[in-house]
Amino acid sequence: MPLIELVNVTKRYGNVTAIKNLSLKMNDGEYICVLGPTGSGKTTLLKLIAGIVKPDSGEIYIDGRLVNDVPPQERNVAYVPQYYALFPHMSVIDNVAFGPLSRGFSREEAYKVSMQMLEMTKLAWRANSFPHELSGGMQQRLALARGLASGAKILLLDEPLGALDARLRVELRYKLRGIAKKNKLTTIHVTHDQEEAMVVADRIVVLRNGEIQQEGPPSQVYNEPKSIFVAHFVGGANFLEGFVAEVDQYGSWIQLRNGFLLRVNDVNRVVGERIVVMVREEKVEVIKGARRREEINLFPGAVSEVSFLGDFVSYSITLDNGDKVSSRMPSVFGLKRFGIGERVYVRLKPENLRVYPYPPQGLYKELEVI
Amino acid sequence: MKSVFPSRNNGSMRKLIRKLDELSSRDSIKYLVYASSILFFFAFILLPPIIGILENISQVETILHEPNLLARANAAIIQSFFMAFIIATLDLVAALPLAWFIVRSRIELAHIIDTMVDIPFLIPTAALGYSTLLFWGRPDGISRIFGVESLVPEGFLLVFLLHFSFSYPVIVRVMVGELLNYKEVYEIAARTLGAQPLTAVRTITLPLLKPGIIASFLLAFARSLSETGATVMVAGQWENGPVFLFRVIDMVGLPEHLKSSVLVYVSSILIFTSTILFFLISLLAPKFRFPIRRVFPSIERRLSSSKIIRFRNGLTLLVFLLVVLSPSLFIALPMIGALIDGTLGEALVGSGPWGEFWRSMTISYAIGSLSTIVNIIFGLPAAIVIARRKLGGATPIFKALISIPIIVPSIALGVSLRLFWGRYYFLHEFWILLFSHTTITYTYFVESMAAAMESIPLEIEEVASTLGAKPLTIFREITLPLTKYSMFSGAVLVFTRALGETGAAKAVARTKEFWTTPILLVNWIKDGKIIGSQKALSVGLYIILSFIILLALRLLTRRRK
Amino acid sequence: MKNINLQVEDREYLCIIGPSGCGKTTLIKCIAGIIEPDEGEIYIGDKLVNNLPIEDREIGYVFQEIALFPHMNVYNNICYGPFVKGWSISKAENLIKEILNMMRLYDRVRDKPDALSGGARQKTAVARALISGSKLLLLDEPLGSLDAKVRRVLRYELKRLVKDLGLTAIHVTHDQEEAMSIADRIVVMRAGEIVEVGTPIELYMCPKSLFTANFVGEANFFIGDFVGEEDDYVKIDVGGKALYSKCKVNPEDGKVVAVIRPEFVVMKRTGPPREVWRGVIEGRVFLGGSVRFEVRTENDIMIAVKKPLLSEALRFEVGDHVALILPREFLLVYPYPKEGLEKAISIE
Repeated sequence: MPLIELVNVTKRYGNVTAIKNLSLKMNDGEYICVLGPTGSGKTTLLKLIAGIVKPDSGEIYIDGRLVNDVPPQERNVAYVPQYYALFPHMSVIDNVAFGPLSRGFSREEAYKVSMQMLEMTKLAWRANSFPHELSGGMQQRLALARGLASGAKILLLDEPLGALDARLRVELRYKLRGIAKKNKLTTIHVTHDQEEAMVVADRIVVLRNGEIQQEGPPSQVYNEPKSIFVAHFVGGANFLEGFVAEVDQYGSWIQLRNGFLLRVNDVNRVVGERIVVMVREEKVEVIKGARRREEINLFPGAVSEVSFLGDFVSYSITLDNGDKVSSRMPSVFGLKRFGIGERVYVRLKPENLRVYPYPPQGLYKELEVI
Repeated sequence: MKSVFPSRNNGSMRKLIRKLDELSSRDSIKYLVYASSILFFFAFILLPPIIGILENISQVETILHEPNLLARANAAIIQSFFMAFIIATLDLVAALPLAWFIVRSRIELAHIIDTMVDIPFLIPTAALGYSTLLFWGRPDGISRIFGVESLVPEGFLLVFLLHFSFSYPVIVRVMVGELLNYKEVYEIAARTLGAQPLTAVRTITLPLLKPGIIASFLLAFARSLSETGATVMVAGQWENGPVFLFRVIDMVGLPEHLKSSVLVYVSSILIFTSTILFFLISLLAPKFRFPIRRVFPSIERRLSSSKIIRFRNGLTLLVFLLVVLSPSLFIALPMIGALIDGTLGEALVGSGPWGEFWRSMTISYAIGSLSTIVNIIFGLPAAIVIARRKLGGATPIFKALISIPIIVPSIALGVSLRLFWGRYYFLHEFWILLFSHTTITYTYFVESMAAAMESIPLEIEEVASTLGAKPLTIFREITLPLTKYSMFSGAVLVFTRALGETGAAKAVARTKEFWTTPILLVNWIKDGKIIGSQKALSVGLYIILSFIILLALRLLTRRRK
Repeated sequence: MKNINLQVEDREYLCIIGPSGCGKTTLIKCIAGIIEPDEGEIYIGDKLVNNLPIEDREIGYVFQEIALFPHMNVYNNICYGPFVKGWSISKAENLIKEILNMMRLYDRVRDKPDALSGGARQKTAVARALISGSKLLLLDEPLGSLDAKVRRVLRYELKRLVKDLGLTAIHVTHDQEEAMSIADRIVVMRAGEIVEVGTPIELYMCPKSLFTANFVGEANFFIGDFVGEEDDYVKIDVGGKALYSKCKVNPEDGKVVAVIRPEFVVMKRTGPPREVWRGVIEGRVFLGGSVRFEVRTENDIMIAVKKPLLSEALRFEVGDHVALILPREFLLVYPYPKEGLEKAISIE
């Protein structure tokens, strides 16, 4: 039996539908990341599970029990909002003790449990400080300790690392998962940062405009994205537009711009169909273009931009047919392999290509990047 | 390790609180509490004046047959709105630069001025009236310097100066609050784009401060419209609505039904006109655009220079000190005189006229305290209804209705309330007084609590509920502690306003027995039998006592912090 | 800010990075004139600007809070600069058209800020700063409020615009990946001081300080002892194993810190016994383009290793025994810091 289950849940705010007919199951002990752009309904999802808002239709079950009409104070869920909402007028330990005391613990019990929580989150030495005296990272740990103090087994995190510096985010995300796993919590961690989601999640749920686009383990969502949106959102992707020229029993030929022909392994295409081909940046091979070669999926072009990203170097290449692709190459393979303007060949192996039907409102709109 | 939770070992107390907390989660209880506070507002605050007037509207007939009286009434009404309009406009122009100075200046002086601005607030308006009268209009005041009997005798100009000085601090306070909330980054952004400081203020800051400017205009307008006690003291031959009503109530030889007709006529016009005007301005003023289509770079550069700024600040401070502060504090001089010359002795003993003085003080303080308590009890749930939008889309309407009692001139409100409650013969006059004072001050408390609650982010209350806190627990442990200061200042506002109210008290209290102190003071000033030092001392005691109470309250809350 | 000395070249795209509170925003506010320095001089061009008010410094500023004028639409916001300086319409018109096109804001010109998406608002703020005609652009976390995905796309557009228009940009950010991807040079700040200045590659491959090594990308840190010099290399001892590096150090107390980035650690199934560190994989995370492993070595040190997907990364599993090589070209060595390693690299 799943620990948390949503069945056909819909939530509207005025004439905006934040969550549309959403169904989701979460198992005991799972660490789930809900990934989506701002406004996709992620916060509403958490608030529905916490009981802060009620669904307009559909059912929500926690531990087998229908909780639609159960108020938040009776759900025993640890909810950590985006900017923590720490009680500014209470000290650190009072913040943590608030939950246990509200739930009827005796004062001694409540403060004992609170100290334990503070020790676990390494905040015991600041027990008498006030929230505004703490750094960003400490405030986050406090919000966590407060949520978990009364023994909740479900943890709801709304952009828990959003308010922190980039570098701190990278350090702390492992710790978050560590605490969740150590305490055997079921966690729903909402974020717009797909790198974060990939690193911490057992399962990723991609949300867009209130609907689930895809869910699965990170490697699956990354390697087998079901839609252009998911492919684009969960990692760097190149998109090439074209038409299906030929279909045979092993694959298809795609006509790209200006006569370039691309071989794909997809047999379920129709001739004349307008499609989009996706290839991940790290699967774009770049070869020096000294010798002319005849090979399928080998395209000539020139390097237009080189960008150093630390552990990767990113090359932007404009192919001779006008299409642009980006390639990410690990820095270990050399930092100055290709210079700007250099002629190169780009190889796109068919097994690394995925084909999608051309989206009705246009590719640009579908990618939804401003 | 302290805790905000009750640490009493009193188990039964805790059980009671726990029981109440649990009750609060029940929807039915919640609806009951909110509904009863909304009902209270309609039944006790909003509807009585309206019904009181409408039921008796037929009485208006009588005055229509008295052309002289009618003409005088109409002239008074027009003067009310005329004065209010001029005051609000000129006060805005004069007070805004001081608010600017307080917030933006980096000199120590700004801090001091900030505290000084509050002084006229702490002085009840009746006292301000007497002080202003002495300062401008009597030989002992500023007139002596100019070698005249009376620099500004009673009349239009003196009323103008009086209203100017007591609306001034209101505008400064509101604008200081607005400026502190205003994100200066907008102005800085404008300057990084090349705008001269004056241009940036004119094109960016002022338009963004429009809501605050409109709000302070309306507040000053309402205050001038409503003020009675002090105005009567300095009006001389001039009359506005409240002054006229005051005189009519005291007029001897006027048949009762005619008197009543005049009261109903003037009150109803004042009530309805002020309400309509207020909403009209609130709706139309935001559409008014500041002139920002053109820039004058070279002129505005010169006008932004520090020389000009210093001149402007100097002028503003001069106006503040001369026209606002000095007249307010002037009463201190004769008061000190009265303390020395023995008048204090007889006052404390209660001999002669002092007997009725202390009686009026008892009534005033009783009414003040009770009004405050009633308003806190019924106002808190109403504030929650507004702050957390419990009425959904109807919330702005409720909010607008709540603002009506302070828009309307209080003497007119008093008249209508007397008409309404007077029907219930069994009601002691004291209760009608209490209801009137509660009605007039209700809005102050609710609006300031609602604003404070609105500023608490919703997430904090949401998180608290997920942590297991019932609604009443959240209110006790989260909402109240975080709005403690506003609740205190809201209560203080109610108390001082109730204490200083003249108009409504005059309309309601027909017998001398139930005179509140402001009414008594107004009478004493006019009364030939009361000597100067007695007048000064009575006013002085009135001020000092309220000062002491306020100070004590402030210290009490500080210790608990 | 403490004794900051900095020179920014004409047409340079400079990024200033550092943890919150390190003084980077204070720095550009001083350049803009929003804050006055207590000591020292600031020159823009060759003009001393210390006493010059903000409006006369001719800089374009993009605020962290964006600060679009709420009561004006996009067009009026963008044109505020020329408007307020009294420029004739024709003078600014060409520039306005060009920038509106570049930033694809043409169909939003009548919208008010609250009707725009986060990205559109950010672009409008940048456009407004550009159209003011300044040659120097100061950007305070210009992409801060945007989703990760949007940031990664917009940063390149920003850089391209600055370069196309021939401007000089000083871009403050806490995101070192952002800085690395677009900066010509990067300034690393900490607690009010400049720690290091260099190109992205310099800071990543040979950072001069431990803090930079940790701040600009992930790094493994080992504490060891200085042994001596061998040929061109320095020899150190970490947990009983010998390591070599090109970095010249000679610490007084003999203690050193060795640093190597996870992607430069070579991980194989076996290797020559002299050079390898044997270990067991204890953690494995899929990052998309690469896989990150946590390996506990025989001398009980946890090392993070990153392998790109193009290699046989996916064939390594938790529990596998592996051999790690820390190549000397990529191993950096520093003297052990006085304040202790943790304090020296701490980001908070």
